[in-house]
Amino acid sequence: MTGDGTRQLHLGPLGRVEGEGSLHLVLRDGELAEARLAIYEPPRFFEAFLRGRGHTEPPDLTSRICGICPVAYQLSACRALEDACGVRVEGQLAALRRLLYCGEWIESQALHVHLLHAPDFFGCDSAIELARTHREDVARGLRVKQAGNAIVELLGGRAIHPVNVRLGGFHRVPAPAELRPLAELLRRARDDAEESVHWVSGFDFPDAVCDADLFALAEPDHYAVESGTPTVLRTDGDRRGSVHAFPLAEFGTHVVEHQVPYSTALHSRLDGRRHLTGSLARFAISGHRMPAGLLDLAVAGGLGDPRTGAVCRNPYRSIVIRAIEVLYAVDEALRIIDEYRPPPRPYIPVPARAATGHGATEAPRGLLYHRYMLAADGTVTDAVLVPPTAQNQGAIEADVARAVRARLAVGPPAEDAELATLSERAIRNHDPCISCSAHFLRLSVER
Amino acid sequence: MDRPRLAVWKFASCDGCQLTLLDCEDELLDLAERLEIAHFLEAATAPAAGPYDLSLVEGSITTAQDAERIRRVRAASRYLVTIGACATAGGIQALRNNADVAEYRAVVYARPEYVETLVTSTPISAHVPVDFELRGCPIDRGQLIEVITAYLADRTPDVPRHSVCFECKRRGTVCVTVAHGTPCLGPVTHAGCGALCPAYARGCYGCFGPSDSTNLPAFVPLLRRGGLAGPDVVRVLRTFNTAAPEFDTAARQAAEEADR
Repeated sequence: MTGDGTRQLHLGPLGRVEGEGSLHLVLRDGELAEARLAIYEPPRFFEAFLRGRGHTEPPDLTSRICGICPVAYQLSACRALEDACGVRVEGQLAALRRLLYCGEWIESQALHVHLLHAPDFFGCDSAIELARTHREDVARGLRVKQAGNAIVELLGGRAIHPVNVRLGGFHRVPAPAELRPLAELLRRARDDAEESVHWVSGFDFPDAVCDADLFALAEPDHYAVESGTPTVLRTDGDRRGSVHAFPLAEFGTHVVEHQVPYSTALHSRLDGRRHLTGSLARFAISGHRMPAGLLDLAVAGGLGDPRTGAVCRNPYRSIVIRAIEVLYAVDEALRIIDEYRPPPRPYIPVPARAATGHGATEAPRGLLYHRYMLAADGTVTDAVLVPPTAQNQGAIEADVARAVRARLAVGPPAEDAELATLSERAIRNHDPCISCSAHFLRLSVER
Repeated sequence: MDRPRLAVWKFASCDGCQLTLLDCEDELLDLAERLEIAHFLEAATAPAAGPYDLSLVEGSITTAQDAERIRRVRAASRYLVTIGACATAGGIQALRNNADVAEYRAVVYARPEYVETLVTSTPISAHVPVDFELRGCPIDRGQLIEVITAYLADRTPDVPRHSVCFECKRRGTVCVTVAHGTPCLGPVTHAGCGALCPAYARGCYGCFGPSDSTNLPAFVPLLRRGGLAGPDVVRVLRTFNTAAPEFDTAARQAAEEADR
């Protein structure tokens, strides 16, 4: 506490998030003046060194931005570069891409649900501590996660930075017989994934409302994963609010990044307003596209029924949405394997041309956008990457501020440790991937 | 007896190599009973103070603060093992070592004065003594388990240093260069991945860095004969292990020849 009644609280480094960040709270006369999510990942300059590379290279190169969601980077890059070259990947090749992406969803979402997020609901520091009292629940989560990794390993060669994705499709496509053991594994994982939905639905959820606009890709006939049209659900008190979509090529005019001195990640705004991507946004915008059986689980899990226009805005309940998304991804994977017929060629040619292309997919933690400008010989002349956590920073800070203010408004004075726990929980609700969000920036502290 | 204490540290990186530890789904809970995971921010809050018996270090050194921090990690660690291409060779972010960082910063950043970084990305071994370097972008899960168990048993890890070619032969993969003329870095790349790329019908792209006995001056002309143009040869050597001395030297020579 300083003499003028100002108290500064610095929490960091944050645990159980990917990458390195900290939180800075400023309290004046017992009230919260400021909450800053500071990201201090060192800069890695991807957008700079992509210039001058060949147009076939960004899928492998940008996957190294994030070891947690490399498939998201590979496929956002492929979509953007194929868009630039005027090529559309369809049919079984597109289905295999969705299967690969389902593997990453299962792996990454199961990781967050069971190992990173669940410990918060039991007051544990880690899943290893949680396993002392809930070993079967943690072990079940690991089994589900392993099934997701098995998909990525079979289709991609390895779970982290898979090697089989290329422009136009894959280097090699599997024979149907190779997918059969995977289907067996997934059928067992389905029971585990459903059990996990029931498990997390029974958690004790604090009250909270995230008031940011919700932003996700949407498809006309299914839950958007590896493609879709950018769609915004405006916040409007308790009501559903208006929904509007815009073409992906206009992404840069709607989502505008700006720099703040205390964070190495750029903040961004959507049409001048704070927005949130990720599970809450996806389920609010596309939840009604899920099969009825899963929606019944969602209703039982307290999410409301998206078929009636209900919107869950409680970030703590995002763990239920993630668990349902895992189950959905398992079902989708089984469906794709069942319908699989090997395509005649593992990839279609993607000849270079001078153009700009846009690509976006739903990374587990939210919408990931890539834009590339190519010269006629395929040389990349400009690259823009907008990861989900950079977009979510403003909404996460607002969530933290709301949680801290709500706590300060009631009860006895809050100790630092209590505020720290409260704030870290508010941050982890959004599964931030800080490595991604700060792929090229570094903060210097403002004094 | 006290359990051995494990710490996991992150510098400039993608988090993928430390995620490999969480990807050991079959071993993770048993491992956690046999050793104390004292510091692993990706998986746990409440890190415990040192000293540590084994520190796994991911990421490269790109800031002055990190150059200081790695010294503190070394001082607190009995054994220090680097995991992955960033920690072992500087990673893909070492592409800046051949570029103008001020220009990089200005191109992508409206207010470059907020941005603080060193002009190079360097491996951990450029700053402190390292007991073992585990290769790969990312590392291999089986090799990680081998390294952890070896150090906890005070023995040398059994991690072969020969080239990817040996792994192709063992796997029974037909040589993609011989059979299809596909350019492949397998002959000069460190084993450990199990020769994945050739098994998926593409050439090795060198993500485990140079093997222990490379002959790049003899190898690079073979890449050209396979159809790679000068700038392509430079690009293929300048990826995740661009700052590994063998690859860096060969890339410089290839760049000079391409300019002629």
